[in-house]
Amino acid sequence: MSFAKTLETEKPIRRVIQTVAEKLIESLCFLCAAVSVLTTFGVVAILCYEVAGFFTKVSFSEFFLSTEWTPLFYHKSFGIWPLVCGTLLISFIAMCVALPLGLLVAVYLSEFAHPKTRKVVKPILEILAGIPTIVYGYFALLFVTPVLQSIIPTLEGFNALAPGMVMGIMILPMVASLSEDALYVVPRSLREGSYAMGATKLQVVFSVVFPAAIGGITASCILALSRAVGETMIVAIAAGQQPALHFNPLKAIEAMTAYIVQVSLGDTPHGTIEYQTIFAVGAVLFVMTLVLNMVSLRIRERYQRMFG
Amino acid sequence: MVTAQTQEAHELCISVKNLSVFYGDNQALFDISMDIPEKEVTALIGPSGCGKSTFLRCFNRMNDLIPSARVEGEILLKGNQILGNSVDVVTLRKRVGMVFQRSNPFPKSIFENVAYGPKIHGLRDRNKIEEIVEDSLKKADLWNEVKDRLHTSGIGLSGGQQQRLCIARALAVEPQILLMDEPASALDPRSTSKIEELIGVLKENYTIVIVTHNMQQAARVSQKTAFFYEGYLIEYGETEQVFQNPNEKQTEDYVTGRFG
Ligand SMILES: Nc1ncnc2c1ncn2[C@@H]1O[C@H](COP(=O)(O)OP(=O)(O)OP(=O)(O)O)[C@@H](O)[C@H]1O
Ligand SMILES: [Mg+2]
Repeated sequence: MSFAKTLETEKPIRRVIQTVAEKLIESLCFLCAAVSVLTTFGVVAILCYEVAGFFTKVSFSEFFLSTEWTPLFYHKSFGIWPLVCGTLLISFIAMCVALPLGLLVAVYLSEFAHPKTRKVVKPILEILAGIPTIVYGYFALLFVTPVLQSIIPTLEGFNALAPGMVMGIMILPMVASLSEDALYVVPRSLREGSYAMGATKLQVVFSVVFPAAIGGITASCILALSRAVGETMIVAIAAGQQPALHFNPLKAIEAMTAYIVQVSLGDTPHGTIEYQTIFAVGAVLFVMTLVLNMVSLRIRERYQRMFG
Repeated sequence: MVTAQTQEAHELCISVKNLSVFYGDNQALFDISMDIPEKEVTALIGPSGCGKSTFLRCFNRMNDLIPSARVEGEILLKGNQILGNSVDVVTLRKRVGMVFQRSNPFPKSIFENVAYGPKIHGLRDRNKIEEIVEDSLKKADLWNEVKDRLHTSGIGLSGGQQQRLCIARALAVEPQILLMDEPASALDPRSTSKIEELIGVLKENYTIVIVTHNMQQAARVSQKTAFFYEGYLIEYGETEQVFQNPNEKQTEDYVTGRFG
């Protein structure tokens, strides 16, 4: 009798406490999520606002058709292409370094290395990805450029080649690690199927495992490219500050991110056109990386379904 | 005398002598000796973990892929030693095809799946490849279902079709022996009976060794049956005899479903 009574009296109280706690945790989680979403919206809103201000003073056609970027000079010109060109040239050099080396490392780690080697090397790769980029920047300026100059005398003190190569080394761990993941999850049954047909190890790797992982590999490369496009410190330090529309890796060039750093370090007052160029350039950068990330995500999703 | 010998050599396909297999310190197979006849279906049965797959995988040296595995003894394929370091594993696997429990088509088109074997073995002639693909798909009884979509992904096929695609893929390199490790255990009854029918036809031209957990299936498709238990070959003989009149008590218990 009394037992039943305690049960009855206790149960509702516990339940109330439980529901309150649940609600509390739920709303806390919601709050955290909301803050990050709102911040993103805030950033985009400010970006849009400033970009709109920019385009009241500069026409679209000027921005997208002019081939000179001289907003800080007396004769102002607002053609975005030199900066885009700088970013793309350096990113391209970076990919030329990171792609072959990163894929080689990935294939080696997942297919040829002893499991113990893999266990040691993978965390090292991830640590490498955590080195502050300013270190890479000075490495490019003070070490790689002088070394390269002793081989290529025409190389300028600021150039696209050195930061591009160093950036390639910076994103190499990302390419290697993500591609390795993609290779590693290729089902064992596919490898066995290939071996059972009389394939050699190389044939198994390159005619079955690699093609099966190509989705994940492509996604990782695009992600790395997006990282290269958005990378700031290396290009700001080692590539120079001359926006120029050329594809010569030996000469100085300015990337979009480097320009943003350059202007924001100076004392350009709020609301001026110089100040607003930061946001215009930032918006282009934002769109570029957003598109790259979305493409990468799409590819990953599409290929994930393959092994369902 | 001479004729008797050729007769003998013709009928015997695989000869296993004192085969033992170890995984590290664990012994999975104990001193197996057994002769497998040509152009017949030999079924391997026994409870889970008794070493059927391990045994089957010795014939195409798939155990080489497992670092801890060690194989002792002799296996003669048409009189040729297949164990040992001097054996060319690639050629061996060309002669001994394998179909796995879970169908594993490559994430390529149906055509490329079947063309895979001939291609990795160096065939470049496009017409010849097309011929082989068609021929193999016909042999695997899949041609009519896929002839209009050869260039769509092999992964889009149904489970039963995928398994027949894997059979076609194995046949494309013109093996003499087909190893099948529970080829129908992941399939519905209709696809299963299709695979069984196919096995009945294929045995005209191929020596087939099949692992199965399904007693009825073993009885239906095979001419010889080997019963394994905890790494030992308990009984081996004509399927009819093994199922209806087993010599060993353990075999009788197993085939009548009293354990396992
Ligand atoms: N890769 C491996 N490493 C270590 N031991 C293994 C390995 N593969 C199999 N074994 C062991 O060898 C024994 C035989 O395994 P096997 O896979 O040949 O059995 P099976 O008869 O095919 O079983 P099932 O019917 O479940 O497929 C088991 O005890 C198993 O644990
Ligand atoms: Mg098995």
